[in-house]
Amino acid sequence: MAGAYLPIILLLAIAVCFGLGSLVFSSLIGQKKLSAVKLQPYECGCEPVGSAQERFSIKFYLIAMLFILFDIECVFLYPWAVLFKRLGVFGIMEMGAFMLILFVGYIYIWKKGALEWE
Amino acid sequence: MLDNVWLIPLFPLIGFLINGLFGKKIKNEAVIGGIGTLMIFLSFLVSCGILMQLVGMPPEQRVFEKVMFPWIHAGSFKADMAFLVDPLSAVMLMVVTGVGSLIHLYSIGYMHGEEGFYRFFAYLNLFCMSMLLLVLGANMLVMFIGWEGVGLCSYLLIGYYFEKKSAGDAAKKAFVMNRVGDFGFLLGLFVLFWWFGSNHNIWTINFVEIKAASHLLPYGGVVTLATLCFFVGATGKSAQIPLFTWLPDAMEGPTPVSALIHAATMVTAGVYMIARMSFVFIKAPETMMVVAVVGALTAIFAATIGTAQNDIKRVLAYSTVSQLGFMFLAMGVGAFGAGIFHLMTHAFFKACLFLGSGSVIHAMHHALHKGHLHDDAQDMRNMGGLRKALPITFITFLVSTIAIAGIPGFSGFFSKDEILWQAFANPYHGSLNILLWGIGCIAACFTAFYMFRLVFMTFFGECRINPKVKEYLHESPLVITIPLMVLGFLAFVGGFIGMPKLLGMLPNYFEHWLDPVFELANEYGKQYAHSGAHHSHALEFGLMAFSVVVALIGISIAYTMYMANKSLPEKFTSAFPGLYKVVYNKWYVDEIYDFLFVNPCKSFGNLLWKGFDVVIVDGVVNGTAKLVMAFSAGLKGLQSGYVHNYAMGMAIGVVTIIAVYVFR
Amino acid sequence: MDTIAIPAINLAVIAPEVVLSVVAMALLLINVFVKSEQKGYLGYLSIAGILGTLLMLIPAWGSSVEGFSGTIIQDNFAIFFKVIFLISAAMSILITDKYLEREGCNQGEIYPLILFATVGMMLMASGTDLMTIFLGLEVLSVSLYVLAGFNRNNIKSNEAGLKYFLLGAFSTGFLLYGMALTYGATGTTKIAKIASYIAMNGVSSSNLMLVAGMILMSTGFAFKVAAAPFHMWTPDVYEGAPTPMTAFMSVGPKAAGFAAFARVLLVALPALKPEWSSLLWVLAVLTMTVGNITALYQQNIKRMLAYSSIAHAGYILVGFTAGNAVGTAGILFYMLSYAFMNIGAFAIIILVGKKGEENSNVSDYAGFGYRHPVLGIAFCIFLFSLAGIPPAAGFIGKFYLFSGAIQAGYIWLAVIGVLNSAASVYYYLRVMVFMYFKEPTEDFEWVKLTPAFVLCLLIAVIGVLVPGVLPGLFLELAQKAVLM
Repeated sequence: MAGAYLPIILLLAIAVCFGLGSLVFSSLIGQKKLSAVKLQPYECGCEPVGSAQERFSIKFYLIAMLFILFDIECVFLYPWAVLFKRLGVFGIMEMGAFMLILFVGYIYIWKKGALEWE
Repeated sequence: MLDNVWLIPLFPLIGFLINGLFGKKIKNEAVIGGIGTLMIFLSFLVSCGILMQLVGMPPEQRVFEKVMFPWIHAGSFKADMAFLVDPLSAVMLMVVTGVGSLIHLYSIGYMHGEEGFYRFFAYLNLFCMSMLLLVLGANMLVMFIGWEGVGLCSYLLIGYYFEKKSAGDAAKKAFVMNRVGDFGFLLGLFVLFWWFGSNHNIWTINFVEIKAASHLLPYGGVVTLATLCFFVGATGKSAQIPLFTWLPDAMEGPTPVSALIHAATMVTAGVYMIARMSFVFIKAPETMMVVAVVGALTAIFAATIGTAQNDIKRVLAYSTVSQLGFMFLAMGVGAFGAGIFHLMTHAFFKACLFLGSGSVIHAMHHALHKGHLHDDAQDMRNMGGLRKALPITFITFLVSTIAIAGIPGFSGFFSKDEILWQAFANPYHGSLNILLWGIGCIAACFTAFYMFRLVFMTFFGECRINPKVKEYLHESPLVITIPLMVLGFLAFVGGFIGMPKLLGMLPNYFEHWLDPVFELANEYGKQYAHSGAHHSHALEFGLMAFSVVVALIGISIAYTMYMANKSLPEKFTSAFPGLYKVVYNKWYVDEIYDFLFVNPCKSFGNLLWKGFDVVIVDGVVNGTAKLVMAFSAGLKGLQSGYVHNYAMGMAIGVVTIIAVYVFR
Repeated sequence: MDTIAIPAINLAVIAPEVVLSVVAMALLLINVFVKSEQKGYLGYLSIAGILGTLLMLIPAWGSSVEGFSGTIIQDNFAIFFKVIFLISAAMSILITDKYLEREGCNQGEIYPLILFATVGMMLMASGTDLMTIFLGLEVLSVSLYVLAGFNRNNIKSNEAGLKYFLLGAFSTGFLLYGMALTYGATGTTKIAKIASYIAMNGVSSSNLMLVAGMILMSTGFAFKVAAAPFHMWTPDVYEGAPTPMTAFMSVGPKAAGFAAFARVLLVALPALKPEWSSLLWVLAVLTMTVGNITALYQQNIKRMLAYSSIAHAGYILVGFTAGNAVGTAGILFYMLSYAFMNIGAFAIIILVGKKGEENSNVSDYAGFGYRHPVLGIAFCIFLFSLAGIPPAAGFIGKFYLFSGAIQAGYIWLAVIGVLNSAASVYYYLRVMVFMYFKEPTEDFEWVKLTPAFVLCLLIAVIGVLVPGVLPGLFLELAQKAVLM
């Protein structure tokens, strides 16, 4: 029973080791030129201290959302690519339909100008 | 053709919609009247087709039910929008659409130039549709829709001149009295429905199904209760004692309305309803007796009032009440066929009489208008000698009068005489028969008297209209006289299809035609009929002759009083001033009703209003309302507008529900 | 390398949904490529799409076809509801264009969004797998969140969209949790298989996992249909959302929620009937009472109708509690007539309103009945129907719902329902009192009918009166539809 979980535990252990290891090694061997800005906590480029009632540009959200959308598309493409041959013609048609729908969305946001930063 | 029976009520409905919705825009009287008349005439044609087809079928197969669509299905209760065609409804169809077409045609001329011409035709078409639904309904609910519909149209048309207070009051009176009757109809329906359902698990209001199951009904008991309720409905609609006082007041409506609704069709709905349910009524001997007695009493009572009225339409109105009494008498003595036969002949001659009186009023009104006089155009004391100015009206009117008086050869004779004979010879009421027959004869005598009084006062003697306007009197246009002539002809010959066997010239087609409808009722009747009541032909002949004599007596009295010796009426009224006053004032029935019902109701209502309603009911209601409103304000407070509160509310809700199920 | 066997798909089952989706996507593209100030033509195109979909649906009446290995079905029940969705979508679209123009947010995206929402509703009605139902629900919800906040210049509309989104996401959590628990208890998400698993293994009400799953799913659906105590979003969202979308939201999604709710409870969990009917009993009473009582106090007519819509969800829950043939047919009948009367009423509200949602208080209707007699009568017909007064369809619908409850033995529930119905008459009639018995303060000269409005109102009036006068025909259809 427990044996079945062994790979997961192994994976967890490796992940933890990798994360900790990177931090430890970089702090050991990296150069440290500290400045006021660098010592601030990282907040996506925003001021960490200030009024909480600050407005964020809507573009952040738009870009984030669009990124997630097309990201998921890619995720969906991976298993399809792995099974591409075994799915045969059906697979191509399904993916075609899927891509078409996404493409409609893509054209729409493009024409709407959601991809332009300014 | 039978399959297309739904067209019959559909055509008038279309007419109603066209005239009702667009009539105001059409404006052209010829178009509006033409559409209205055409629609009902199309119904008439379809009815003719249906009659032809029925005639071509073997008698026992002449029942046809057409289910249009399911209407109300609720549990065991089921009512479809369905039509029933049988010999009985075929007769009614012919009367309603035939007489209806003629009256529509007549109205084009009569209503010429009236304010709201389109409104009149729209209502008239709506009335025809409702009446046809009533006649064709295959179950009591469809019939009831028609029943209410004709009541509504009657209300609308009596109040046609709504700017006149008397017209509005008359319309309200008719409506309220009809509602009293409708209540009875509904109660009867409920009793019958409930009894069949709870005792035999037959949940039906369909006539054919009730007929098939009618052998389960007991004699008397619950059937008496149900039929008495139905009869209350019939008295309201057909203006019988005690609910008759609305009909004379209904003469406030335009004359074609009086002819169509308050003479030929709607008021006969009660008779038709009893005939439709003859197999139920016959099982309640007590109800039969009540129907017969009420019918006979109404016949004589209204006839006496008719003798003293001076308004030409009021005389005819009381005459209608009286003739309806004859029909109910026929129903009560089990002579269903004879009653329906009288219904038909009455439709012919009474419609003709009303339309004739309309023609007279039309002419009078026109003449008085030209002379700028404000005399009453309906008062017979202003008329006289009109036969020269209005020859066609006069002849048709005279024919119809002879018919209603019961002179042999004319239609009214055959039907009325058959009713009187059946009142005498029926096997149901024992010694009461003589009394019923006697009252009927006296009523017939009165009928002959007041009708000829009417004719003499209107058409004979010297002209009492203001001499200034005499020259303006002239015959009505063809659209008015053609219906008069057709109806007059029918009033003359219409009786031959139901000529008694006794006279032997023609077989009694009418009775044979209706036989399959009333066969079952006669069968049931045999259970308690007195056997061996066989009367000889000689007796029948004798009674027939007697009724003719009675009619002649009535006519001759009228002649003596109003033609030969004109001072007699004066002498008579001065000799019996009390009696005259009582009869002239319609036996003070309206005043008695006011005293007995209306005023106590009003004061009781006042008492309830000021004492009970204001203090207790309003207190409770307002108190409850205040309580609810306070509750409402409290609930409103929960709606804070904060999303976290809402989410919290949902979470608490879910947790509570799950907790209840976990810890129960 | 062997190919994977593709399970039977049967595209015909979802053909109407596919067509509608394609139309919606096409509209989306047309909207960005064709530059035109008038976006109304998009509305007519979408109505054409809806009509096409209807034409595909109607011939399917009477048959029952499954597809996608039993996760979706096209039966009478689904078709009946889909017709309701399509009608309500079409009627809402008819009244949208003029409103958007008035409020100055004439964006063509609204039409594809309505169509996508409709597709979602159709999937909900057709779904025979918890996953399909959830998929439909999400397609519907996401579109609705946007629609509620569509008037982005209006702060109330923004608030409505955001509130709906937050609370909707919250309730979706409940729903999914319930589905997961049900899956845990029965090992399947297919509705028919859940029922057969329960029947075969005798999983009963003692199985807490299943009961909890049922309760959580019910919660999720109760949120969608706006049943108390999960109704609180309704007034705020209905008041803030653009009025045509309020009309749409109060009818379509409610019907969709009930369709899925009915399929889950009646088909998948009939074994738990004692449990869910007592739960629904409480929900029905709460919903009716809270809806009606709170409505009494409302001054804003949109808010009043929002509470009234809560109350109507309560009436429908009465029929649901009964769970018998009459009650269930009553739900269908009622949903159909509710679509007509509610959208009709909202159409009038749009006509009377002014820019910026002004003029939507009950007192603003003073004298309206005299200034616009025909519209006044139409409004009265809708209000009468909402109040359940014959001969309007609302009366017949309530009659069937309550008689279903009585047949199932829930006499008290029916009594409470009738009492509630009586209380509701107050606030419906109050509008009429203002319309006819108060001196006009306005001349209502801005109330202008367009052909689209006339068509919408005409459909609504016919849809209220015809089933009211001739209920048998429609009840027969509803009865045929409940044979799931």
